[in-house]
Amino acid sequence: MGDTPDRSANAGTGGPRVTIGHAGSAGAALSVDVPVTPADRAPDGAGWRGGGGGGGGTGLGGGGALPRRSAFGAERLFQGFTMAAGTMVLVIIVAIAIFLIAKAVPALNANTANFFTFEGWFPNEAQPRFGIGALAFGTVLTSLLALLLAVPVALGIALYLSHYAPRRVGTALGFLIDLLAAVPSVVFGLWGRDFFYGPVQEFSVWLNKYFGWIPIFGGEGPFGRSILLGSLVLAIMVLPIITSLSREVFRQTPTANEEAALALGATKWEMIRTAVLPYGRPGVIGATMLGLGRALGETIALAMTLGIVSNISFNLIENGGNTVAANIANAFGEANDVGRGALIASGLVLFSITLIVNITARAIIYRRREFTESAA
Amino acid sequence: MTTTMTPAPPSAAPGQSPQLRTRKLPVVASLGIAVAAVVLAAALVYGAGIGGTALVVALAVVFYLVGLFAASNAVEGRRQARNRTWSALIHSAFVLALLPLASVTWTLVSKGIERLDGDFFGSSMNNIGARDPNGGAYHAIVGTLEQVGVATLITVPLGIACAIYIVEYGRGRFAFTIRFFVDVMTGIPSIVAGLFVLAFWILIVSPYFNDGRPGYSGFAASLALSVLMLPTIVRSTEEMLRLVPAPLREGSYALGIPKWKTILRIVLPTALPGIVTGVMLAVARAAGETAPVLLVAGGGAAINFNPFENNQSSLALFVYQQAGDASRYAPARAWAAALTLVALVLVLTIAAKLLARRNRFSR
Repeated sequence: MGDTPDRSANAGTGGPRVTIGHAGSAGAALSVDVPVTPADRAPDGAGWRGGGGGGGGTGLGGGGALPRRSAFGAERLFQGFTMAAGTMVLVIIVAIAIFLIAKAVPALNANTANFFTFEGWFPNEAQPRFGIGALAFGTVLTSLLALLLAVPVALGIALYLSHYAPRRVGTALGFLIDLLAAVPSVVFGLWGRDFFYGPVQEFSVWLNKYFGWIPIFGGEGPFGRSILLGSLVLAIMVLPIITSLSREVFRQTPTANEEAALALGATKWEMIRTAVLPYGRPGVIGATMLGLGRALGETIALAMTLGIVSNISFNLIENGGNTVAANIANAFGEANDVGRGALIASGLVLFSITLIVNITARAIIYRRREFTESAA
Repeated sequence: MTTTMTPAPPSAAPGQSPQLRTRKLPVVASLGIAVAAVVLAAALVYGAGIGGTALVVALAVVFYLVGLFAASNAVEGRRQARNRTWSALIHSAFVLALLPLASVTWTLVSKGIERLDGDFFGSSMNNIGARDPNGGAYHAIVGTLEQVGVATLITVPLGIACAIYIVEYGRGRFAFTIRFFVDVMTGIPSIVAGLFVLAFWILIVSPYFNDGRPGYSGFAASLALSVLMLPTIVRSTEEMLRLVPAPLREGSYALGIPKWKTILRIVLPTALPGIVTGVMLAVARAAGETAPVLLVAGGGAAINFNPFENNQSSLALFVYQQAGDASRYAPARAWAAALTLVALVLVLTIAAKLLARRNRFSR
């Protein structure tokens, strides 16, 4: 893949720093008059990533002919510019946190109810009352339900594309799945509201008729614009993400492992279970977490399909449900100053949750990457 | 694993060893099971009157899986039965996923084609009341193009420079941290990016040059889109820079060319097609974002060519607004705009992928 983090790549093969030190001591007799210090050789020092141990020989002969580095040359300027751009990423993430906090604190101080437990969102009144509880609950419920629906199907498709479909068909269909990921969320929202609502409502009535004794399918109606509809639309949206990532991981399974399993007489499914799935497990977990991050932050599709009722209820099929992000999109229009602050406060909560989920997911994926490199 | 190869008994005729070949379930049998499953499901559902076609299909799939497992278990043994059942499950998962794709495509085209006329692309929503059947998305298309264009101008230099730092200059823990947080930034929800620009630009910065009132504008939307595009561009550029063959760099150094010039003149041109692909994918993603534009661009029904002043709309926002509109002509406009948006995004995505396929490095 070309991902070579410094630590593992340089530790074994001997990075530039190692070779420079080595060249200094080994070639000391040759270059007495021109002492080669690491600072002199900076222009080419970092350029040997691709070709591991190629940096050894240059210090021996032409050390004196190398140009001296000027303090304010184009090299320094360019390096400084790229470093500033790199730092920008950290600055943006910190700035997001700082500005959200700065605007959220006044609204939180004006809140007359408990922000974490109050069910309801009335920040525009003279006595602002708003709480994140019901919204956070709705966010977590819809996301988890969407993952529950999407992950098995996504793994099935990923396995189909990587191990069952003919190569050409697999490539073409994988392309199609990638296109599905590019469709904007507002289109899914529109589709869910104008078309998918009908079948889901019929299904909800059916569920209520025959399984109404289970609390999550109970209730008197009306049905349709429910957690179920929102989760189904969300599941369709996260499906391509999980699929394409897991497909990549499954494809990277060492052929030797697969062939070894088959040679031992395993059936295709046994080969997948013993060779492909264990190898791909960290990648699948990471992909699922990324899907979770996407589901938690999804705004417009849920704002268009949920019933927008702020209460804590496990009922999946009755009109209702609300999430942090959908609430921001819906309540922003009539928000006053405190109202905007309240929405920013809820956005801060969402930011924290997704940040934690994403950092965990990335940490899992990174660990796997190091594992595969040391194994290879 | 112990019973796969039973040695042929000595009594077998020479030249043929019937024991080596395990018994297989014939294709006819699995077809028969499928037909039986459908008939059984239909009889059960319509006989008891508990549902419609969808339930028949769902039950038939379950019956088919159970029947297949039972038949294969009897003929071929448990391991082969598991293999067949899982294979059938994996295939059905794939069919299940194609259903929404087909449905979205069909709905989009059939409903969107209705208002896709010259009027739609030539007029705005200015002075269009609830009873007017016409009105179009010209202002929204202008908004989308300008916002995404400005966002691209901001993000591309920044993103490429960041990727160069990570690949060429960055060392040790600091570069690793930047790389890690670029990945984390990929997952920031679009609505949070919108709120950030709302808190930072609209509420704090813009009042200074807007007479103390918060100024919603297309530029604010560009800022929010930049936050979303930056990590995508950095990641794809980084991947491409790492694929540039090392001998190219080494050849340039050997000629005495300084590192910065090598990067600008040798490394970047080599990686250019891949970088362009990444930028196009990021642009496609940004063009479809609704939430940040909703928060900071302000919307608006009139044509506004100036992204730095006054409200602007965008195609995605137009879809959202028309979908929430009570007018009975609004849904047709929403679908037409959705079709336009999807066409724009898909053309960008497909072009990017084809470009990537044509200019792929040998890995």
